[in-house]
Amino acid sequence: MTTTVPAPIADGLFTWPDDRPRLVGGICTDCGAVGFPRPASCSRCTSDRIDEHLLARTGTLWSWTVQRFQPKEPFIGSEPFEPYGVGYIELDGEIIVESRLTTADPDQLEIGQNMELVIVPFENALTFAFTPAADS
Amino acid sequence: MSAVERRVAIVGAGIHPFGRTDGVSGRQQAVIATRQALADAGITWKQAEFAFGGSRDGGDPDTLVNELGLTGLPFVNVWNGCATGGSALTMADRTIRSGAADLGLAIGFDKHPRGAFNADPESMGIGAWYGETGLMLTTQFFAMKIQRYMHQHGITSSTLAKVAVKAFLNGADNPNAWRRTPMSEQQVLASMMVSDPLTQYMFCSPGEGAVALVLCRADKAREYTDRPIYLDAVSFATRHYGSFEVFSPWLAPGRADGPTVVAAGQAFEAAGIGPEDVDVAQIQDTESGAEVMHMAETGLCKDGEQEHLIQSGATGIGGTMPINTDGGCIANGEPIGASGLRQVYENVLQLRGAAGARQVPGDPKVGFTHVYGAPGVSACTVMSR
Repeated sequence: MTTTVPAPIADGLFTWPDDRPRLVGGICTDCGAVGFPRPASCSRCTSDRIDEHLLARTGTLWSWTVQRFQPKEPFIGSEPFEPYGVGYIELDGEIIVESRLTTADPDQLEIGQNMELVIVPFENALTFAFTPAADS
Repeated sequence: MSAVERRVAIVGAGIHPFGRTDGVSGRQQAVIATRQALADAGITWKQAEFAFGGSRDGGDPDTLVNELGLTGLPFVNVWNGCATGGSALTMADRTIRSGAADLGLAIGFDKHPRGAFNADPESMGIGAWYGETGLMLTTQFFAMKIQRYMHQHGITSSTLAKVAVKAFLNGADNPNAWRRTPMSEQQVLASMMVSDPLTQYMFCSPGEGAVALVLCRADKAREYTDRPIYLDAVSFATRHYGSFEVFSPWLAPGRADGPTVVAAGQAFEAAGIGPEDVDVAQIQDTESGAEVMHMAETGLCKDGEQEHLIQSGATGIGGTMPINTDGGCIANGEPIGASGLRQVYENVLQLRGAAGARQVPGDPKVGFTHVYGAPGVSACTVMSR
């Protein structure tokens, strides 16, 4: 019997394997603006000189919602559909990233609460998500 | 008359009812709306010097010449997501304003499959993972935008529901609307939660419909109609670094004004009036929260004032700030090629005093429209008679 190790859903999104994974963004070497995933050019100053930049692992919940119906393609989630949380997380001192959340329970989601990055199984792959931080 | 002094007038307007019309293609609906607009202006297709048209799922706009007439006119297809109607109008306006032509049309139509739109991330330069993992939904964007806005500015769910209640009430008085059954605030709140805090009846649905407008240089408008409506300004803007827009895997740390703020500001400046001078407004209500936020982004009110304005009925037809008098996207549905032109069509009726049961009282003289689309595009008009 063979076991397939799940792979990240896309290359270059997050460091993996890693005990303390980070999202992989880019930083403009001309103006210092950060983007995610690593952009080909800077949407602030238009420079195309972008270096890799690992994003902060923690931040606060900037906004959130719950996806309550099965999206059409290109969504690849299998049925039966399970609602999932989606949010924007304001990373400490950095940009705000959009992400799946590990909870779909509105009672566990409040703007401003502490969040941290986790890597989670998604279908036959791995993706990134944010989870309420243990101390919040 | 120099090019920069040229003004533009709407002298003809036509519509095919919105909603679902089985057995009538999107293209056929566009032909019906166009023939109606031509008749309204008292002209024939042969007199049209140009046309701009937009549609996502209804067919290729420029093929309408097969039905309308092979006159050789330049018919240019335009596409800017849900703001496509604004694109067609902007280009038609510019064509006349520049002196390149005197008389032409803006046409928008669509016929979408049922259910929410499915967008392709890679066509927008976003990785496939974004769609595969379930982040490529406009509904999520609008939900998260209003979620934060409610948190910051004290807007309640009751106010979100009242926006939808008003939409269905106005739709009931609009024979061209799709949703024409009034609904209570409780019914709106109790409908299925789609994306918190937005319920099913707070959202518009992809649908069908068509609108056509005949535009001409203003100094010739009375050759075609005794009720010309003037396009005092038409503006069109994309997003700046730092604005929060649909389909954004990340946002800059600081917020900038969105394209709606920019486009509305440009339109009012060009028209030489302010939001306080507007008698009737049609603004993008993809869902209830969008109408609330766009009220402030267009300058019609300040952030947070919507709570009192909407609760007190100010945005109703008899109120001090009538908004989405035809029922908006919520009651008309969203055929994205047509919606931006539907708003202008409604203002034409309102400024002509021809809006029937939903006519804004007090002889409105100034109208405003605002359409918004992915990935952060806004177009606005200021209209007067």
